[in-house]
Amino acid sequence: MSPRRWCRSARRGGVTLGLAIVVGGCGGASEGGDVAIMAEGAAAGSGEALASHAPARFGFGASADEARVALWDIDVRPDGAGLPAGSGSVAQGRQVYTLYCVSCHGATGTEGPNDQLVNTEQWDAYPAGRAVGNYWPYATTLYDYIRKAMPQLTPGILTPDQVYGVIAYILWMNEIVPEDAVMDAQSLPAVVMPARDKFVVDDRVGGSGPIR
Amino acid sequence: MPREEGSKLSRRAWITTTSGVIAAGLVKTQSDAIRLVAQEAPSASSDPTRVPGRLVSGIGSRAPAEQPRRLLRAEALSSSSRTPLADLMGTITPADLHFERHHGGVPDITYGEHELLVHGMVDRPTVFRMSDLTRFPQVSRIQFLECSGNGGGVYNQDRMPTEVTVQALDGLLSTSEWTGVPVSTILREVGVRPGASWILAEGGDAAVMSRSVPLDKVMEDSLLAYGQNGERLRPEQGYPLRLFNPGYEGNTSVKWLRRIEVTDQPTHTRDETSKYTDPLGDGTVRQFSLMMDAKSVITFPSYPYVLPEQGWWEMRGLAWTGRGRIVRVEVSTNGGRSWVDAQLQGPILPKSTVRFRHLFEWNGSDTLLMSRATDETGYVQPTVQQLWEARGPRTSYHQNHQRAWKIARTGEVTFGLGELV
Repeated sequence: MSPRRWCRSARRGGVTLGLAIVVGGCGGASEGGDVAIMAEGAAAGSGEALASHAPARFGFGASADEARVALWDIDVRPDGAGLPAGSGSVAQGRQVYTLYCVSCHGATGTEGPNDQLVNTEQWDAYPAGRAVGNYWPYATTLYDYIRKAMPQLTPGILTPDQVYGVIAYILWMNEIVPEDAVMDAQSLPAVVMPARDKFVVDDRVGGSGPIR
Repeated sequence: MPREEGSKLSRRAWITTTSGVIAAGLVKTQSDAIRLVAQEAPSASSDPTRVPGRLVSGIGSRAPAEQPRRLLRAEALSSSSRTPLADLMGTITPADLHFERHHGGVPDITYGEHELLVHGMVDRPTVFRMSDLTRFPQVSRIQFLECSGNGGGVYNQDRMPTEVTVQALDGLLSTSEWTGVPVSTILREVGVRPGASWILAEGGDAAVMSRSVPLDKVMEDSLLAYGQNGERLRPEQGYPLRLFNPGYEGNTSVKWLRRIEVTDQPTHTRDETSKYTDPLGDGTVRQFSLMMDAKSVITFPSYPYVLPEQGWWEMRGLAWTGRGRIVRVEVSTNGGRSWVDAQLQGPILPKSTVRFRHLFEWNGSDTLLMSRATDETGYVQPTVQQLWEARGPRTSYHQNHQRAWKIARTGEVTFGLGELV
């Protein structure tokens, strides 16, 4: 595929965002000019652009059907996308916590030895630790993380009900939800975390302006 | 002459010690004989011109006296080890000394069974095996990787260390020649749909480490890397496949990569919310602070080196920036009162480390060595005071401020930033 065709393909694919240099090269310069610009954009002139005779598609790899994707598509987003069916209460979560979490995070989520989970003290300048109650901006992240990485020595062992339950318990310990709370795919993304609005986009831009 | 006598002695000794085994039929080849000689020779004190050396071997090893080591933070599943910057020359980090940071241990993955799933906002969700990925057009680049937590130990005014090595301070930095397939090639293959703006990259380790990366970044220059310094990735660096985001904080270059999901928003994983975010002292927290700004460190002389005498010495260090090329490194021998340009060793590659050097004459008095890098955007590596002003006294991550080493009149070198704060 020629660079010009690649540009068109990229536009069709909606990936022109941020490809300022490459997109600039799509504006109607000569074919040779496109190649030079693309190489510069891809890796600073090190000749990394796809060969001009590269095919539109190589056809390598195997098609992944919905079942294959579902096998590994386990992330959870703040809007709740990715949350599975199931539910868990604070009371159920207390049992899960006692069984799987207490040894690393302590009876009240503050003793360690691993990360502090509980801190209800809000802050103006810097947080005293980065616990769920004073630092985590989204409750959904708890599901994403616990499902993937916890318990540390037997990751992935918890059922959806157990994950929902232990999240409810952790949120309750942090005084974010009441003791009768039940977490599920609807209630979890609706939880508003105390620190949510503290997070801002990186504004560093390089250059000779003010240090940020 | 001694050499003649020595040769005769050696030969006599060889005949004496080996005649028995030759008679016993144990020496069948020349290499058997040489091996015997090597065993018999008193190697430590002998003259290497008078005994045959060791034979060719299937894999090399360092000289016994040269055994640089990574510095371990803790023996734990989520831990790190740091590159011995003071032991290294040039810019390339030997692969076995590349720093480590992992969150659930180093997994054992079988090359032939590893799969990468690419899905989400794409036309053709696809599973690639390593044999597929290595078949795509390949690129190689020499680029640095640095953890954004690097240097966090020299920021707090109340806890400025003195007896600390450059390895302990800034050893979460390494440089390799990375080989792989551009992410743009793979996304072109699967067809990205309109509206996509981020990817989620996810590892196949016990932490299933996950990070969101802007789509425009990975389209610009990110790699799916499977090679490092001429060989396949080391397990600690993500064997058999990692994402490599040039110039971005190391944590985003997800190791043991098994999944890329193309999305229209970041996923806000733990490692981009609770971790790897930077409180700014005004109640806000900077998120997705991905770029590694310009930085330099002097690697020689540094603690615990002791200059044995006055005279000419060469200051040596590394400079790098995630925003492109380093264009200038200035050094000071008087704590920043005056600066002079250091020499830069070419070629100066984008998003890679540059070796800088400066010859100076040490006159035996207290001396404060500093360096500051400037990148092609005009950004000058800030002072710690500038970072305090911008982010307050207790921010975390991205502490790329100027460092200092103090040479005492005894020649002892210690970390010297405390002298300036």
